[in-house]
Amino acid sequence: MNTQETHSASKKWIVLFVPLILFIVLVVFLLKGLGKDPTHLESVLINKPVPEFSAEDLFDPTTQHSEQVLKKGPLLFNVWATWCPTCRAEHEFLNELAAQGIPIVGLNYKDDSRGKAMDWLNTLGDPYIVNLYDPEGKVAFEFGVYGAPETYFIDADGRVRYRHVGDVNPRNWENQLKAIYQQMVQEAKQ
Amino acid sequence: MRTLTSSVIGALALVAMLFSLYATAQASIREHEFETEAQRQLYQTLTQELRCPKCQNQNIADSNAPLSADMRDRTYTMIMEGKSREEIIDYMVARYGNFVHYRPPFNWYTSILWWGPLLIIAIGIGVAWVMSRKRKQPLELSAEEQERLEQLRKPDHD
Repeated sequence: MNTQETHSASKKWIVLFVPLILFIVLVVFLLKGLGKDPTHLESVLINKPVPEFSAEDLFDPTTQHSEQVLKKGPLLFNVWATWCPTCRAEHEFLNELAAQGIPIVGLNYKDDSRGKAMDWLNTLGDPYIVNLYDPEGKVAFEFGVYGAPETYFIDADGRVRYRHVGDVNPRNWENQLKAIYQQMVQEAKQ
Repeated sequence: MRTLTSSVIGALALVAMLFSLYATAQASIREHEFETEAQRQLYQTLTQELRCPKCQNQNIADSNAPLSADMRDRTYTMIMEGKSREEIIDYMVARYGNFVHYRPPFNWYTSILWWGPLLIIAIGIGVAWVMSRKRKQPLELSAEEQERLEQLRKPDHD
């Protein structure tokens, strides 16, 4: 065998591996997709200022709030409703966060009635610094809310930094969310 | 006889299915009243093109999710305000992202959707061409090989 022959033989071997390589690439691509939550949607508002809106106060219908209440960050903006079981699940932890001094603005989203929402906060505790009332989901629509509970992280400049869909609990707070909040606090100090 | 009965049942099922599809399409239109036929048609195309963010793969015309109802109402209001198709789509995309529209826009991230199939076809044609060229190459024998072939061809060779 001369050198040319050995060269072309090794070339053939490489060609034989092409399908295997393609297969591995495909497997890696599909495996990455497996772990993903297909219901998770990225918010379009990331790094954008909070949208304009106006909403009544939950407790006092004569008081009108605007997006200005969200510009006193860094703060959390929590979308909730009494018909939402996951909101019930996270409520205790929101109370805890509020006790730690983290400001949370609440948006009562398409609830059955104002009275029900007020009862909920009066019996379970009110973690919110401001309570917005959004019976028709108009404010939520501006934020692209697609399911309660949702929690938006809003920085000192009034920009949305992160959206968390689903309950906030001690586990995901410690693992991920706390760092996002602390980052916003750090930036605000500078 | 049995095949006839089953095919009749099959046909009936198909008719029922088509009717239910038609009924859902009509139901979402009946919710609202329009001034012109153009408005009604715009509403129909938009609710079929816009995707429910809460559902995995349903347009807002077919979906029963409360959010879809809100989006249908918003679409209706905007049409009645005289907003164009693009304005309404942009409005929805600005809030819910490109996910909300069944026709993704052409940009850097989505370009693979357009170029991917063409690229794969190009690779396929390229491979086929290279392989067919290889096959056409005439067999060239060295003088040594030619001699050996001649020897092998000799009838008296054993």
